[in-house]
Amino acid sequence: MKTTPLVAARLVAMRDLRLAFRKPSQIIQPLMFFMIVATLFPLTLTPEMSRLRDAAPGVLWIGALLSSLLALEFLFRDDAVDGTLEQFALSGQSLTWMLFAKTCTHWLLTGLPLALSAPIAAAALGVSAEAMPGVVASLALGSFAMSLVGAIGAGLTLGARRGGVLLSLLTLPLAVPILIFGARATQLAITGDDIAPPMYFLGAIAVLGVTLAPLASAAAVRIGLE
Amino acid sequence: MLTVQGLHLWRGDRHVLRGVSFDGVPGKCVLLTGKNGAGKTTLIRAIAGLLDPEEGQVSWRGAPARSRRDEFHAELAYLGHEPPLKGDLSALENLGYSVGIRRHVMPAEIHAALARTGATSFADRPTRMLSAGQKRRVALAGVLLANAVLWLLDEPSTNLDADGQQLVSDLIGEQLSRGGIVVAAVHHSLALLAEQLLPLELGPA
Repeated sequence: MKTTPLVAARLVAMRDLRLAFRKPSQIIQPLMFFMIVATLFPLTLTPEMSRLRDAAPGVLWIGALLSSLLALEFLFRDDAVDGTLEQFALSGQSLTWMLFAKTCTHWLLTGLPLALSAPIAAAALGVSAEAMPGVVASLALGSFAMSLVGAIGAGLTLGARRGGVLLSLLTLPLAVPILIFGARATQLAITGDDIAPPMYFLGAIAVLGVTLAPLASAAAVRIGLE
Repeated sequence: MLTVQGLHLWRGDRHVLRGVSFDGVPGKCVLLTGKNGAGKTTLIRAIAGLLDPEEGQVSWRGAPARSRRDEFHAELAYLGHEPPLKGDLSALENLGYSVGIRRHVMPAEIHAALARTGATSFADRPTRMLSAGQKRRVALAGVLLANAVLWLLDEPSTNLDADGQQLVSDLIGEQLSRGGIVVAAVHHSLALLAEQLLPLELGPA
């Protein structure tokens, strides 16, 4: 009996989780990069907490964006190299669902840990404990949107040499709105204001990403496999 | 059932496939031969739908394969140059996931397929610890488990010893006797009956 698309997607997600826990370096590397950037930054700027707090949204979000780009390079690459992605494409199942599952798993393994560890980095930048829920929420939603947008770029750069550079060039323009609204939400959280308006925008980008990015990344992967 | 009609395909400025046409019928193995670079892999990938030919068409059950892609792929098992295995997973885990996304599969079926391809003794080892020939046997078990009508095999005997090469011939023979169709690119002869073979030599690119 043929597997349903949702079961196939669940199996892809379970496989990726199992692989990640057996080979955790690909999860740890982007997280370490984010933590190093965010915690070293105060040493280069000023010991004044008020100035660090002002810079915190930018530091956190630039760190998160670069860290996401680092992680996105691995999203489809290993599966393309060992032929697994070809088998997905030829399985008779919806490639869209399977790649959506891969992208969500990728966010669970890279974006979510980054958001959850952000309070440590934010504390180094003088962010108060009250602002932490807003910081975590904005980074969680923003990194999810970035994973979705980045999946399109990761698919398009599958067959390219120096795909990492090309991936950055393709993804950065699409990630700019996420960066702007995400940094704004973080800034509002730090100043104790209502973060809802930029969060709605981030949510809208994420919904748009959920709707369109899996279709676009499936088409991109099919092109990339040629 | 499988009709390949006038396939033309360029790779860069190389005209690799020049109007390739053939019919794949149940119980027959289309044996692709030709020198390196003749286009065997390209043809197999084009039939599978991994490459888009500039001209020509692949039809499956009378309809263009591209128009019913998922139905076509559900009846297709493809084995390329690289065994599609994750090095950090065992053979059992690899097949559980890769076959599981196609159809419901019981562990006993996986064990039986691995036994058929002589891969039982290393089935629970991470595949990165296996030799190239052992990986190929695991990948062949995956082809068996796909329960597909059409097999597309690109150098299925690569890295296999004499027993393994005989195994490939036997598996293809069994697939043909079930009424399946096989398109295989091989560099050595297959131990099949002459009437089961449809040789197709591809010209130099």
